[in-house]
Amino acid sequence: MLASGILGISQSIFERLYHENIGGIVTKSISVNPMKGYPNPTVIPLGGGSYLNAVGLSNPGVNAFSKELSQNKTIPIIISLVGSSEKEFSKMVKIFDKLNILGYEINLSCPHVSKMGMEVGDDPEAVNKIVKSVRMSTTKPISVKVGVGSIDVVELARVALDAGANIITAINTLRAMSIDVETMMPILSNRIGGLSGNAIKPIGIRCVYEISKKLEAPVIGCGGVSSWKDVIEYMIAGASAVQIGSVLGSTGPRIFNQITKELKNYVEKKGLRNISEIIGIAHKY
Amino acid sequence: MHTNIDKRRIVRIEETISETPTVKTLVFKDDLSYTAKPGQFLMIWIPRIEEIPMSVMINSKDGYAAVTIRKSGIGSTALFDRKKGDLIGLRGPYGNKFVLKKSYQNTLIIGGGTGLVPLLRLAYYASKKKIKTTIVLGARTKREVFFEKIARKITEKSDCTFLVCTDDGSYGIKGTTVSVMSSLVRENIFDCVFTCGPELMMKGVVGLATENSIPVQASLERYMKCGIGICGSCCLDSSLVCQDGTVFNGRQLSKILDFGISYRDKDGQKINYA
Repeated sequence: MLASGILGISQSIFERLYHENIGGIVTKSISVNPMKGYPNPTVIPLGGGSYLNAVGLSNPGVNAFSKELSQNKTIPIIISLVGSSEKEFSKMVKIFDKLNILGYEINLSCPHVSKMGMEVGDDPEAVNKIVKSVRMSTTKPISVKVGVGSIDVVELARVALDAGANIITAINTLRAMSIDVETMMPILSNRIGGLSGNAIKPIGIRCVYEISKKLEAPVIGCGGVSSWKDVIEYMIAGASAVQIGSVLGSTGPRIFNQITKELKNYVEKKGLRNISEIIGIAHKY
Repeated sequence: MHTNIDKRRIVRIEETISETPTVKTLVFKDDLSYTAKPGQFLMIWIPRIEEIPMSVMINSKDGYAAVTIRKSGIGSTALFDRKKGDLIGLRGPYGNKFVLKKSYQNTLIIGGGTGLVPLLRLAYYASKKKIKTTIVLGARTKREVFFEKIARKITEKSDCTFLVCTDDGSYGIKGTTVSVMSSLVRENIFDCVFTCGPELMMKGVVGLATENSIPVQASLERYMKCGIGICGSCCLDSSLVCQDGTVFNGRQLSKILDFGISYRDKDGQKINYA
């Protein structure tokens, strides 16, 4: 699956990704009103396959985006939602629910925008209210994307599931910073952003392992996936599906086709009937 | 020398050249930019203000490169205001390049305003390969004609024609680049047309080339956040200017419905060209 925040605003791009054998596409996080995001620099390649970003949730807003997706028929699109109050979420879901989409991912973990994302995710009462309001507005599956904030990731996932979520996506980027030593200045315009890519994979693996071991719901793994081996590792940790994002900065969209082929080879080599057999095998240890 | 294009280099501005009251060239030393291919771009960091994509301008000194800015938005105005000795950051060069096929003997280069930046680098390579080139530089008025000296210098030793046209006829030929191109293609056989400039001008150039069955390549510009295929801000239909471009050929452009019609705003909404 395509992780939220990457290439996620254009139906034409979604069609291109679909032809790369993608299993699902999570859009950029959409808010009630359009958001311009922060000034650049917003995305920094750190080297070693890791990235820092503070895009600031730029998105065209619910009305323009529902128009963008209005002609969608077959592409498996999951809309990522972001907002500050339960009213905003239910308002968006009422509009999006008329489209051909698979379901929703609620972004409760963006680490660099005030009163949205993680600032909501760190408040269990707000999480409960928001997930309940989305649940009341749709019968489609709801995933909640959790991150590493001030409350335990398993507890946050439990609150989300108790409120009616079906799936947990783990994890979002981690709060991080980069400073240039020549100019002695923070590089991101927002100073602080979210770390993604290779550097965060072991943390993502740990979170998926803990959530899937303690809770019943399916988990979607996300964070630092750049090869078929990373996909397999997440699945062994307990992920039923895996999202890919930052690596597109070095490979482009063809990575999906490539990984799909390599996963098939792995399944054959291991003599598996279905790749789902490996989900959560690590729980034995 | 750095080899990782993603790695940010901090460089000192060593020279500033005022091209017009609103256009300036900043010269700096950077090996990766010096070897940039025509059509590639840099992400230029103006510390604590902005980061913007810029085509790489050539410079006569080994190991040096430059950027040419027209002041308009916050980022370009801040970069325009940088002085000799100021520090800026660079990453890149990113993107693909104009392709000069071995079989080319006679090419036409059409640039509008600062769109001439990647084309001068291309003209330099074409002259080294002894390809006959006609360069057309278009501007609205005499005050906005720049790069004439450097363009003449690049082309003086080779079999090259340099033409300037202005919309109001205050300098050079009176007319648009497309009208000049129209008479040129009647009298010459070109193997390829290369263009960069305002998108509606390029749309005209691409249309005219296609009507005359001349291969054409155009370098496009879009708002970018990342420059490396992550943010999606620079998409035209399903193509990304940063990763699939900046250069697209006539065949590709004929399938891109957004070309000359619309672009994406900072929040990702589609906006039509007026």
